Amino acid sequence: MKRFVVQVALLAALTTGVASAEQILINAAGATFPYPMYSKWFDDYHKKFPNLQFNYQSIGSGGGIKQVTEGTVEFGASDGPMNDKQMKEFQDKHGYGILHFPTVMGADVPVYNVASVSTDLNFTPEALAGIFLGKITKWNDPELAKANPGAKLPAADIIVVHRSDGSGTTYIWTDYLSKVSKEWEMKVGRGTSVNWPVGLGGKGNEGVSGQVRQTPNSIGYVELIYAVQNKMKTGKVKNAAGNWVQASLAGVTAAAASSKEMPDDFRVSITNAPGKDAYPISSFTWLLIPEKIADPTKKKAIKEFLTWMLADGQNMTEALAYARLPKAVVAKEIKAIAKVQ
Amino acid sequence: MAASSTTVPSADPSRPAPNFLERLRGGDEAAYVITFIAAASILLITGMLVYELFINSADARAKFGWAFLFTQTWDPVNDQFGALPFIYGTLVTSFLALLMGIPLGVGAAIFLAELAPPKISDALTFLIELLAAVPSVIYGLLGIFVLVPILRVVEPSLRAVLGWTPFFSGPFYGVSLFSAGVVLAVMIIPFIISISREVILAVPGDQREAALALGATRWETTWDVVVPFAKKGIMGSIFLALARALGETMAVTMVVGNDPKIKASLFAPGYSIAAVIANEFTEATGKLYTSALIELGLVLFALTIVINGVARLLVMGADKYKT
Repeated sequence: MKRFVVQVALLAALTTGVASAEQILINAAGATFPYPMYSKWFDDYHKKFPNLQFNYQSIGSGGGIKQVTEGTVEFGASDGPMNDKQMKEFQDKHGYGILHFPTVMGADVPVYNVASVSTDLNFTPEALAGIFLGKITKWNDPELAKANPGAKLPAADIIVVHRSDGSGTTYIWTDYLSKVSKEWEMKVGRGTSVNWPVGLGGKGNEGVSGQVRQTPNSIGYVELIYAVQNKMKTGKVKNAAGNWVQASLAGVTAAAASSKEMPDDFRVSITNAPGKDAYPISSFTWLLIPEKIADPTKKKAIKEFLTWMLADGQNMTEALAYARLPKAVVAKEIKAIAKVQ
Repeated sequence: MAASSTTVPSADPSRPAPNFLERLRGGDEAAYVITFIAAASILLITGMLVYELFINSADARAKFGWAFLFTQTWDPVNDQFGALPFIYGTLVTSFLALLMGIPLGVGAAIFLAELAPPKISDALTFLIELLAAVPSVIYGLLGIFVLVPILRVVEPSLRAVLGWTPFFSGPFYGVSLFSAGVVLAVMIIPFIISISREVILAVPGDQREAALALGATRWETTWDVVVPFAKKGIMGSIFLALARALGETMAVTMVVGNDPKIKASLFAPGYSIAAVIANEFTEATGKLYTSALIELGLVLFALTIVINGVARLLVMGADKYKT
């Protein structure tokens, strides 16, 4: 009996010894919005390098920031950039900083349910801000009528639907409204959850779209991917250059490309971008990578993965309805990889 | 082990005291220790739960104090947090659920236990127990896709009858406190029926026979003798149902509208404590924000204890008054 136990223990020690020499497991956690993309990337990369495995938990951006700050994961992921306070908290705790790497882009689109309207509606930034502030309350408001000549807009009350769960989608939407409306910025501001002046809350993209579909004369917002996959009718939005733009992957990439200047830490909002084809309610999503990674094999693996993600990885984005990064951003990120020590 | 050193006085002094193994084989000591550990672990878990909620909500408690319970603003962007709209929503939806659930549940239990033919009773009871096992997200989906469209049809007639009260005024969007109350009622009814039926069935047959022998009709026997006899158990089923209603998360958040405002109308959207925690916790980044959500958990815990305590006192008071 005793000898058997010893043998088993020896065997176990041997196999784990062998395994740990080869198998590298990298833990990451964060945003749910890019999860389908990340899981495809990590899976393909694992097939390429079978000894390397990423374990990504899509617990939400807030959770991603929390976990990478606490050091329970190798890197995090977030739909909104970390703010200065969070950056400082990380710096104070670890003695070094954290880097943002944009991976793909997404966008929010307005969806609505107005029975008498058959064409795509046009929305000015003022109209969207007014509706979500509760100042524009009827569908036949002059602000909407002016932008939609010929559309049969009813004299019905507008019912606003927003996300009830904290989400990056809400961050993009409120970030955009904050940029186009001073009043919104003062009264509500930007965040993953905000104090909505009006409206009903639906849980998730499916909750919002379900509510909009069921409630006559309602308006809400969902992720572009969700709208594309469910073939939903979406509104056009007037961008900063004055053009009506239907949300599309190309429009999102155009927004990032036209964004005035890319800061060295990539913490930038690209909503209301100036380009003439830019879709204005767009945003990056980021990987959050600590400046120092102690384990040399893990550091090497993460840096190599980043390089691959910026090259081959970008070619897989459109199949999953994500917008790819513009070339200039990719070039700048490749340089930034060297900052990981 | 400490237990092996304790000596139990033996009944027969000529026999040596049984050693620990012998006593264990008898089972009494082992059973005592094991069941004691089980009981103590409940206390321990509850204690740890309260401790964790209390410690982790320190930031919010320090900043807002008792005002947390009485303010209506919930603004994560500007770090202003008040629990009142959520407390209100939780209480209103649970109260509505009990209002609809108790008569239906207890009525059905009485029918199944006392009046229905045994075959029908068994078949229905099986179905009801199945209902109790349905996950709450399913009830939420049923709420959105089935119940809300039905309520849209029912709403005008409700409004015609009760529209003069403030409770049924204002626009109806489908999702509302009222819808959440109805979904919760559907969810808690199986609990009330299933437990109440068992309790009523456990009433000794002598009681019924005695009442019938005194000339009572079947209904008089049931209502005046059997149901009062089973009252404690029925109350127990209602408490359990109330606890479920107070803490229900998924089903409520899917139909309640998730709008943290206090409005008298039941047709208005509202929010509940459990729902806001589930909705916002994953994306809560700031320390104060997280801490405020944890304090909401503490509030829900306290609310459950207070409501259960008050309900129990009411029942005890009614008992005393009667005798």
